[in-house]
Amino acid sequence: MAANNKNRMSVSKMIEQQKQKRKFFNQLERFIPTLLLIIASISVLTTVGIIYTLFAESVAFFRNVPILDFLTGTVLKPLSQNPEFGLLPLLNGTIISTVIAMLVAGPIGMMSAIYLSEYAPDHVRRVLKPLLEILAGVPTIVYGFFAFTFVTPLLRMIFPSIEATNILSPGIIMGVMIIPMIASLSEDAMSSVPNSMREGALALGSTKLETTFKVVIPAALSGIIASFVLGISRAIGETMIVAIASGSSKNFSFDITGSMQTMTAYIVEVAGGEAAAGTTIYYSLYAVALTLFVFTLMMNLLAKYISRKFREEY
Amino acid sequence: MSTVMEKQINLKLVRNPNERYEPEVPKEVVYDTKGLNLWYGETHALKNINMDIKEKEVTAIIGPSGCGKSTYLKTLNRMVELVPIVKTSGQITYKGKNILDKSFRVEDLRTQVGMVFQKANPFPKSIYENIAYGPKIHGIKNKKVLDEIVENSLRGAFIWDELKDRLGDNAYGLSGGQQQRLCIARCLAVEPNVILMDEPTSALDPKSTLRIEELVQELKKDYAIVIVTHNMQQAARISDKTAFFLNGEIIEYDKTDHIFNNPTDQRTGDYISGRFG
Amino acid sequence: MATRYMDAVLVEKRMSSRVRKNTGFKGLFFASTLFGLIVLAVLLVRIFTQGIEYINIDFLMNHLSTDASRAGIMGAILGTAWLMVVVIPVTMIIGVGTAIYLELYAKKGKLQSFIATNISNLAGVPSIVYGLLGLTLFVRTLEFGNVILAGGLTLALLVLPIVIVAAQEALRAVPGQLSEASYGMGATKWQTVRRIILPAALPGILTGAILALSRAIGETAPLTVLGIPALLIPFPSGVFDTFTALPMQVYYWTIDSSLVAEYANLAAATIIVLLILLFLLNSIAILIRNKFQQRY
Repeated sequence: MAANNKNRMSVSKMIEQQKQKRKFFNQLERFIPTLLLIIASISVLTTVGIIYTLFAESVAFFRNVPILDFLTGTVLKPLSQNPEFGLLPLLNGTIISTVIAMLVAGPIGMMSAIYLSEYAPDHVRRVLKPLLEILAGVPTIVYGFFAFTFVTPLLRMIFPSIEATNILSPGIIMGVMIIPMIASLSEDAMSSVPNSMREGALALGSTKLETTFKVVIPAALSGIIASFVLGISRAIGETMIVAIASGSSKNFSFDITGSMQTMTAYIVEVAGGEAAAGTTIYYSLYAVALTLFVFTLMMNLLAKYISRKFREEY
Repeated sequence: MSTVMEKQINLKLVRNPNERYEPEVPKEVVYDTKGLNLWYGETHALKNINMDIKEKEVTAIIGPSGCGKSTYLKTLNRMVELVPIVKTSGQITYKGKNILDKSFRVEDLRTQVGMVFQKANPFPKSIYENIAYGPKIHGIKNKKVLDEIVENSLRGAFIWDELKDRLGDNAYGLSGGQQQRLCIARCLAVEPNVILMDEPTSALDPKSTLRIEELVQELKKDYAIVIVTHNMQQAARISDKTAFFLNGEIIEYDKTDHIFNNPTDQRTGDYISGRFG
Repeated sequence: MATRYMDAVLVEKRMSSRVRKNTGFKGLFFASTLFGLIVLAVLLVRIFTQGIEYINIDFLMNHLSTDASRAGIMGAILGTAWLMVVVIPVTMIIGVGTAIYLELYAKKGKLQSFIATNISNLAGVPSIVYGLLGLTLFVRTLEFGNVILAGGLTLALLVLPIVIVAAQEALRAVPGQLSEASYGMGATKWQTVRRIILPAALPGILTGAILALSRAIGETAPLTVLGIPALLIPFPSGVFDTFTALPMQVYYWTIDSSLVAEYANLAAATIIVLLILLFLLNSIAILIRNKFQQRY
């Protein structure tokens, strides 16, 4: 025990000695929370940066183009001698591509979610779910290429008059891209419905289908709706697929076999054309981007509001 | 020579626990708690606690769940502050200084006061790194010194022979009892003066429990030990003094023999004989 | 005698049609699940058959060229590699730092929830908007020009929310008893964070960081806004060089394929390289996750 005691003295002493040396580090440590706060505030600065940039340059744009003309104009001719900056053609293209995408992603994503949550045996789900997630990991440029070089020619067999760039093909492919998002979020919502609710319905002799539609889906509705809203937001903000496959027609039309430009594709076209800073067309980038930003932000806030406000208490 | 003799005496003491060795010099008080009150938000969890804890003794704290015994233990090294809503009043002096004083550096306190938790909580590192962690954070980097500390600590926890050939293995490969003794060894590595034990055997089988109890008897020669336990027999077997907590108050605090054989308060007797709680 | 509302025969008759309906819909649901996977399979087969024969050493190593038979993508590969050099440290430091602040240092309160809400909103901002931020802030205001640093910082800001959220989850999964043990030995907060919590959370953080990186590598939209030259001959050799990147090259070759049909095949070949790169990154992420799955 004496030997142990001797060592005991020495280690305690060593710690005591080191404590003097460590004083400097201990002083430094006081600054760590501040340092981390500064790092964490970078994300806030990013938001501030985005909002400031979009607003500041948009203000310059609205000095040249009255805001009402912008919001209600049906003619978009940025490069003409007498340029006109009507938002509606772009808004129209955005809405139509989003509707097409949701017509694909909504039902298919929802049915996939039902299969995965209610019908699939465990081992099947464990294979299918990650495979489906791969769809969400494919870069959008790849989907754009696929829509342009494969889906459009394929659609020509059905609609012979379809143009080389059209809104239908990117709309469909955008839908495919959004399937995993809706499937995965809806499945989460449905899986979290407690089994006791299912058992109650099944014990009365309901089939699985009836249980799903009369018990599970109503109970999971807020989560499902939120997933649709997020899907819409994703479709509105998607850029490369439409930029490649839908071309740059700025006509205000409803022909889905023809070219239409979305807000995002407009930004790509104009920014890629290296519009000189200070011109109205350059500032129009920011006005369109601001509109886009407001739309997607509202959708995201709506999704959050729905899933929070109507969160089911089981 | 003196080493050998001391060892023999010690061994003899362990074999005959009835023949307790009473030192001529009175034992020094390590912790002196005066008028301690503690609130979790609105809940008054500890009420006017007065208690002194002496060196080279095992002090057991018993009482039903939620009586505040763990809270009191965690106040002794201020771990209780990890819950942000805690407020305290009164004082706890450790070696003459009030540890509840905000100017008291909590890291210094915790270096001198080791803690063993209810569930063994080794780090997801090797056995060696688990033991070396404490000395390293306190600035000891010399490999030779660290090797020595690791060996001594593992010896001190009587687990050296089992583990000496697998120091590089991950600590998660050990059995529950071994993990708990590893945690005790880890706490010995910084050579504390006090070891706080929060139901250290509640997750262990009887055999591992016995080994830990034997270890506590050994450790008390050098350390003050405060142990919170649910197990009446354990308190009776290993402690010198026992405090009985109920609803955040100390009902009785006395020599263990006295508490178990001749309690002053009726509630103590009721609890010990299993009539409530 | 009490009236019986349930007619056993009728119920049974209806039941068989209800069961048939259930079976039919089950098939439909299964087919829907397969639909996405079939599209994925067609996409992969199509791109591989179209592009695989264009992949050879010359294609991988050559400079860009308007001549389809001589064009190579080494410049784009290097550009993508340089972007990663910028994205990795920036996202790791800011992402992990922010996560540590939010999970371990920030007091639960308005500031903390404000930052957290802000991050979740940032995650929903379209990537093209980040492109405009990059154009205004890095290319024009800070006058970097359309160089790798500007592109890398833009992509880093874009994927930052992914890294932060992944790191937060990884930090949250470290059991509190580990940090308790560390504090119990007199360790300071930072010592506990650096030596116990971070190492335990590292596999989760790395997995998230790699997934974020693969998102950054495939991103095209923000780069199109920064003004990447369509035909850039010299290879980049530092963060202040102009550059092109794999997805940008796919973009240019795809839109020009209406002029030169062979460009579509070059785009397909470039996509194959890009997909292989992403596949490797994701495999690493899965390996890390499986190997270091903690047994607390």
